Amino acid sequence: MSGALGHSATLFALTGAALVGIGLYGFVARTHLLRRVLAFNVIGSGVFLFFGATGFRRPDLGADPAPQALIITGIIVALSLTALALALITRYAALSGRSSLEDEAPDDEAPDAGDERGGG
Amino acid sequence: MIAVTACLVLPLAAALAAIPLGRRAPRLALVAAPLILLAALAVATEIWRTGPAQLPVGGWLPPLGIALVVDGLSAAFLLTGAIVTGAVVLFATSIFSTPDRETRAGFAFWPLLLAMWGALNAVFLSGDLFNLYVALELLTLTAVALVALDGRRETVAAAIRYMLFALFGSLAYLLGVTLIYARYGALDIALLRILAEPDAPTFVAAALMTIGLAAKTALFPFHAWLPPAHAGAPAPASAMLSALVTKASFYIVVRIWFDVLPVAGNEALAMILGAMGVGAILFGSVLAIGQERLKLVVAYSTVAQLGYLFLMFPLAGSGGEAQPWAAGAWNGGVVHALSHAFAKAAMFLCAGLFAEAIGHDRMDGLKGVARTMPLTVFAFGLAAISLMGLPPSGGFTAKYLLLTAAFAGGNHFFALVMLAGGLLAAIYLFRPLERAFAKPAEGSDITPIARWRQAVPLVLAGAAIALGVFSAVPFDLLRIGRADAAQEGLE
Repeated sequence: MSGALGHSATLFALTGAALVGIGLYGFVARTHLLRRVLAFNVIGSGVFLFFGATGFRRPDLGADPAPQALIITGIIVALSLTALALALITRYAALSGRSSLEDEAPDDEAPDAGDERGGG
Repeated sequence: MIAVTACLVLPLAAALAAIPLGRRAPRLALVAAPLILLAALAVATEIWRTGPAQLPVGGWLPPLGIALVVDGLSAAFLLTGAIVTGAVVLFATSIFSTPDRETRAGFAFWPLLLAMWGALNAVFLSGDLFNLYVALELLTLTAVALVALDGRRETVAAAIRYMLFALFGSLAYLLGVTLIYARYGALDIALLRILAEPDAPTFVAAALMTIGLAAKTALFPFHAWLPPAHAGAPAPASAMLSALVTKASFYIVVRIWFDVLPVAGNEALAMILGAMGVGAILFGSVLAIGQERLKLVVAYSTVAQLGYLFLMFPLAGSGGEAQPWAAGAWNGGVVHALSHAFAKAAMFLCAGLFAEAIGHDRMDGLKGVARTMPLTVFAFGLAAISLMGLPPSGGFTAKYLLLTAAFAGGNHFFALVMLAGGLLAAIYLFRPLERAFAKPAEGSDITPIARWRQAVPLVLAGAAIALGVFSAVPFDLLRIGRADAAQEGLE
């Protein structure tokens, strides 16, 4: 296994891990629903990048195609989840005029933070 | 094993066909449901006769192909899912059938319910960690959509909250799967059982997958999404969500811990799961006592009952040597999941009927319903017996096994919590029952409910009782192809 270290696959894996970290911060620290969906997609990209890097964990055997097939499936799943989440968020915004859930304080930097209808 | 294929193909094909059929979809569901139930029954009898089976899809063997696997555990969940969903289909025809005009909820319900059935069966039949992920996500998509079905602001908010937990859960699970692949280059459960070793990557992967699945199961402290989501959905959808959707992610945790990676069974992690289960039992039960809406009482009761399931992991022991009580804990946890599925589905359907009869679901409106709807109150009472863990119900058998395992393993604290949970359940379920038998309030207006509709939850509650009376049958079924770790304890 140590042969894989130093290979560019390690760089991909580390980048993937960093993306997971960045996305996780956004997912937990932000309450704006669109930001959370974006954060979900950043984490997802990180996981897929990491997954792709695992396809090269045995350089002597060449690239393993299985992770790529799984990543494509994973992207379709993430896309469907994102589409449903966006549809729900749009509906919720139309019904309540809010961009974050009711018991959570809206993000300070959210562009529409000033438009919040008080409380609800 | 054409029946295995039918369990997957029939519900998914029916879900697709239900979209163009529109208003005729209920009739399609009424035709498809008995067929899928028969297929599940055929799978179970086949397993009963010939033992566990593996079906390589398209003739490709793992690790290249993806195998469907049937053993006693999958057959038991498959059958429970088919009985509950079949009853829900029958029940829902009286709510979401609008032959004269098309409604949004009536149109969306049938494809979603049938696709949910397909996703549940896919979870129970998958023999591959990534296949489980895809099935679980299909399940989440349909479950979130069902929560938002009536489109009110509160239910859309509940669906979004559910969605956020589910998104977190799916990513944590997927990350765990990725780590497993990076470590072993395989995702097939049978292969991993041979390959798995107790090292750091395996342990981290198991922890990530478990946390993700716990968020999807609504295990305390990830429970915040469950009560508004389950209480806000229409009654047939609530029944599916509480009875089966939460069990699907629990089923995967059981698979991971006992079948895939028993070597990762770490005492500390098992104790954390047990502590979360204790939190769920106490927190969910106490909050259930304070609710003034019946559906919220039932939903908080789900939070509490899910806690018992996770006591199975610390109680199955993790001392390293064979432990005679491990099989008891495993059986107890699984039978609890099955009997809770029947009892909770019955209870949500009862709550739906009460709400329809009195026009709202506040507890004070229940006064005197025992006189006008005796069948429904009887069904609610039977389901309550199983939830409280009184004999001769499935809930009693499960709790008895878990308690025995707790005392045998010296885990007296868990035993105390389980006993306290039973007492608290008696309190929160006594409140609606006490009102049901009270004198009717003056001028109360009760819409009559057709007798056959009241019989549907009664059948489900009866199944929860039957699991206790004929407990030898589920035990023999569950014994087929049971993982070694389920008999000897987690290593």
